[in-house]
Amino acid sequence: MVAGPGGIDASAGDVIVLVGTAKGLFTLVATPERETWDLSGPWFRGEQIYSAALDCRHGRTRLLVGAASSHWGPSVYRSDDLGASWAEPEPGTLAFPDDTGAAVARVWQIQPAGDSEPDVVYAGVEPAALFRSDDGGESFRLNEQLWGHEHRRQWQPGGGGLCLHTVVPDPGGGPRLGVAVSAAGFYRTLDGHTWEAANVGISAPFLPDPTPEFGQCVHKVDRHPSEPDTLFLQHHWGVYRSDDFGGRWEEVGTGKLPSTFGFPVVADPNRPGTAYVVPLTSDEFRCTPDGKVRVYRTTDGGASWQGLVNGLPQDDAWLTVLRDGFAADTLDPAGLYLGTRTGEIFASSDAGESWRELTRHLPPVLCVKTAVLR
Amino acid sequence: MREDGGPALRVVVCLASALRPHAGGASHVHLDLPEPVTVGAVIDAVADAHPAVGRRIRDEAGTLRRHVNVFVGPDNFRDLDAEDTVVPESAEVTVLPAVSGG
Repeated sequence: MVAGPGGIDASAGDVIVLVGTAKGLFTLVATPERETWDLSGPWFRGEQIYSAALDCRHGRTRLLVGAASSHWGPSVYRSDDLGASWAEPEPGTLAFPDDTGAAVARVWQIQPAGDSEPDVVYAGVEPAALFRSDDGGESFRLNEQLWGHEHRRQWQPGGGGLCLHTVVPDPGGGPRLGVAVSAAGFYRTLDGHTWEAANVGISAPFLPDPTPEFGQCVHKVDRHPSEPDTLFLQHHWGVYRSDDFGGRWEEVGTGKLPSTFGFPVVADPNRPGTAYVVPLTSDEFRCTPDGKVRVYRTTDGGASWQGLVNGLPQDDAWLTVLRDGFAADTLDPAGLYLGTRTGEIFASSDAGESWRELTRHLPPVLCVKTAVLR
Repeated sequence: MREDGGPALRVVVCLASALRPHAGGASHVHLDLPEPVTVGAVIDAVADAHPAVGRRIRDEAGTLRRHVNVFVGPDNFRDLDAEDTVVPESAEVTVLPAVSGG
């Protein structure tokens, strides 16, 4: 049913990078040394791949892909043989209930929960809503509490649409859960039922009231699994850290980064307090500042930032990286993977110290996700 | 003849090539529907027979996807009465993607 090059050729221990583009899904595969990479694809030719995941929990090897055809609409596909064959949920399994009158326009995020909840997968969609699967992504149901939140009817769309693009599960399997919506901000539940806006400290200079309860344009949130209270957040303007799961936010980028505008933020998988951002110039231009591609890394929770440029283009490189175009693997030192709207993939296998271009001329990159095959 | 004995119209629906894998590879769907037959009723029947085709034509709220066209004979149903368009006897209904996209 899904045209593609067949199954991914990979073995246990290999690193698989899923690259979702505006024209289909590609993969890059390497051994743990991450020296030689094999590119495959596309699967889902012509479809926009905003979300993807390779779920290796509990002995599973399941690819989940959120694909959207501009003609035929969105769907979530799954493959248990690394892409050799694909299955699709029957109608209604990732769909709004009839009484909502809503329809899924796009699946922006597929987020497996932690290892302690091996069958739980979250999906964030447009229009902004959260779905949960308890069968590894075979079926999903709407989170009615968030959908019914009194703020929802006042949420305004960002440039990409009114999307729920980030899900932050509790790595320990607790009820605590965070989500980010553009442009509504960060919302959290501490008990698994009651949702609250959690944007205190995040300034929204694009609004008449720059400190609203909600309406912030959060672009991405990430955290280290061993420090689930500490979140890093890339806002429309500003890079923030919270040490109490969004109870309060502190701006940590101004004066230290060439721009506090950007889309992705990635927490280092090995070192709590270490995170990476890709600054872009202004919210009008949205390209790498000065034509230089620079990843910035903090190792002290945002107190200081270091520009990482070794191997990244520094001359006339006017690139854009979208909110899910940047990811880390789980090896140590971390591998980092940066996909651009102009189809380049840059990678580092030493936590950003050095970079190289893995491929170019792909369609615009919408998401980059990684997994180490178990 | 319908099961209830009323008059029925045989309608042939031609599917775009992209839809055929979701209909078991079939290029055409043959339907017997009670008269008068509307385009909306044809889409309903196609969706009943092949749900994965149905949700590519309409979203779960029942809205026809913007870049999908349905032709009754040579005519785009959007230029007629949309889903209320009555399908005449012997007319073929064709579901095609719009010429759009980038």
